[in-house]
Amino acid sequence: MSAFWSGWIIVLSGLNIIGCWWLIRWTMKKRAGESAQGDVTGHVWDGDLQEYNNPLPRWWLWLFYGTLVFAVIYLILYPGMGNWKGILGWSSHGSQYEAEMARAHAKYDPIYKQYAAVPVAELASKPEYKEAREMGKRLFLTYCMQCHGSDAAGARGFPNLTDNDWLYGGQPENIVASITNGRNGVMPSHAHLGDEKIAKLVQFVLSLSGRATDQAAAEEGKQLFTNSGCVGCHGMDAKGNTMIGAPNLTDNIWLYGGSPKTIEKTIREGRKGQMPAHKDLLGSDKIHLLAAYVKSLSNQ
Amino acid sequence: MQAETYNYKVVRQFAIMTVIWGIVGMLVGVIVAAQLAFPDLTHGIPWLSYGRLRPLHTNAVIFAFGGSALFATSYYVVQRTCQTRLFSDKLAAFTFWGWTAIIVLAAITLPLGITTSKEYAELEWPIDLLITVVWVSYAIVFFGTIAKRRVKHIYVANWFYGAFILTIALLHVVNSVEIPVTLTKSYSFYPGAIDAMVQWWYGHNAVGFFLTAGFLGMMYYFVPKQAGRPVYSYRLSVVHFWALISTYMWAGPHHLHYTALPDWTQTMGMVFSLILLAPSWGGMINGIMTLSGAWHKLRTDPILKFLIVSLSFYGMSTFEGPMMSIKTVNALSHYTDWTVGHVHSGALGWVAMVSIGSLYYLIPRLFGRESMFSTKLVELHFWIATIGVVLYIAAMWIAGVMQGLMWRAVNADGTLTYSFIESVERTYPFYYVRLLGGLLFLTGMLIMAYNTWKTVSDSNAVDDTVPATA
Repeated sequence: MSAFWSGWIIVLSGLNIIGCWWLIRWTMKKRAGESAQGDVTGHVWDGDLQEYNNPLPRWWLWLFYGTLVFAVIYLILYPGMGNWKGILGWSSHGSQYEAEMARAHAKYDPIYKQYAAVPVAELASKPEYKEAREMGKRLFLTYCMQCHGSDAAGARGFPNLTDNDWLYGGQPENIVASITNGRNGVMPSHAHLGDEKIAKLVQFVLSLSGRATDQAAAEEGKQLFTNSGCVGCHGMDAKGNTMIGAPNLTDNIWLYGGSPKTIEKTIREGRKGQMPAHKDLLGSDKIHLLAAYVKSLSNQ
Repeated sequence: MQAETYNYKVVRQFAIMTVIWGIVGMLVGVIVAAQLAFPDLTHGIPWLSYGRLRPLHTNAVIFAFGGSALFATSYYVVQRTCQTRLFSDKLAAFTFWGWTAIIVLAAITLPLGITTSKEYAELEWPIDLLITVVWVSYAIVFFGTIAKRRVKHIYVANWFYGAFILTIALLHVVNSVEIPVTLTKSYSFYPGAIDAMVQWWYGHNAVGFFLTAGFLGMMYYFVPKQAGRPVYSYRLSVVHFWALISTYMWAGPHHLHYTALPDWTQTMGMVFSLILLAPSWGGMINGIMTLSGAWHKLRTDPILKFLIVSLSFYGMSTFEGPMMSIKTVNALSHYTDWTVGHVHSGALGWVAMVSIGSLYYLIPRLFGRESMFSTKLVELHFWIATIGVVLYIAAMWIAGVMQGLMWRAVNADGTLTYSFIESVERTYPFYYVRLLGGLLFLTGMLIMAYNTWKTVSDSNAVDDTVPATA
């Protein structure tokens, strides 16, 4: 901040503290002609309202002085007076946050490091790595459950991690990549097709899991599925593509819901799913353990 | 020539509305407390959702209940201690109808989801403009009355009422600078962290001047009157008044510890919050010590019980506040229900209790009676309200400290021991106790309404004559 504003803060806050001190001293002074201590001041309002001329209570006075002295010392030690940094050199980001982070890294990083060389698949399955999976679970409950749920069974728009259906592939390296760099799933809007075509596409998609109510429409929908570009992502067989996270439409597992209404909405408006990247937040050792835990869920 | 009388009409209007708004505001409070204990209570009804009712509750209890109590008592006190009728009857009547209109508008817009989203300043810009006009009128009536006073000295209660009126005008105008986009939507003029700082400069001084200075004005009239004793110390009044109003101005940043606010601002907020302890306690000492020599009256006079217990809660929450502003304490208490408990030990224990005690003094005098219809019911109200507050704040203390400790607990590998939802689960028992406490407090208000009805219904409004200047 500029020297002017720094000075502004110093002068105003300094005057306030000094002002409190002066106020106490000024009020304590004896004045000519004032009434005796313990007597009323002589002013009367509304018939009977009066005030005693009692002195300031001593214990209260010391409390007040004490806080003023504390304030002055604190403002010398810590940043408060404008640009004054304080003689302790403390700052919330520099010394406090970074020191706490450094301490945490020194304390916890070795705990995670011990499993870094063991392949994810082994951590996920071998009995001797139970503790590693427990650590992965605790990480999951700290960082992942907000979206995927404490049981990892997902929620609408957030995939279930306990089944064997993988949008981006279920190999250890796929899971590590999903956590590390995040994923962006985009289903574009197809509103331009119009109501009639969308209704037919819905029937076709339902027919893939044996739930079509209008076979003729489903047949026509199949043509549309090929002609309108759906196959580009979901494939000729509608079994999806893990390279781009296009879901398999034939398994009756639904990310956003499988009711005719929801499928229609998905086709008409499109969908956008985002898994954030955790590379900077967690680092590779923790991601390694998380991937092992997630992998273990569908091993069972 | 007919003798001049005090304008009690506007005092009566505000006094009665205080009781009514108290019931409304606290009922909404009980509903939101019940929603926390039973989350599906009003499931699916948007205008009854917690997010919309909670600001309705805070606005109703602070500005409708507390505001009406301040209008009623300040108009009464300023006339009687200045020995003159209000500066303008018409303008005073305008403040009543204007303020009531604002409250009704709040009760309509907030459930509809129309909000600026700034805490305690949720009302949208057209209502903000109306508030400004009403508040300026209030200031003209109040200071006009002071200007035409028939006594030389200005009584201490009026210093506090005056500081409250001036500062609220300043706070409201600065914090409400916003850019309207439609009739019902505006955006704050200030960007990001500056907006947060302005908001909490406003928010904390709303506590400091609306809920503290204003009600200290009330205390300085009704405590010595009801006790029949002189105020304990004039010197203490002087010191704590000036120290209180100057240091409060800096305390706002303690609401934003460990945020994007610069370090120096956070430090200032904490340091001045600590300095605030002694000036705050000055008011408590002056009130409680006024009873010195008349302690026996506490045994029989439920109005004095209300007033003295309110001062005890005031002292307790103004000790708790500075402690919570210390950064290391705040790291535990912030975002927990401890804050909610702290607010309510001030709001129920201090603000509501001192208002209720003052109204029990005031209402009979506005209707030509010696006392309320039933003193026994006042006594009953006192005990129900006190037990309600204690249950409320004890539950929130325990819940808050528990939440703070659960959120910071970590396992040996640095992961969190508890998920957030686990802390919510553990809080349920305390939400039930809090709901019970709130229900008791509301019950007390209903008893008060009945007592007020019986006091008022078979009496006639009486306007006292202004005594001749000695």
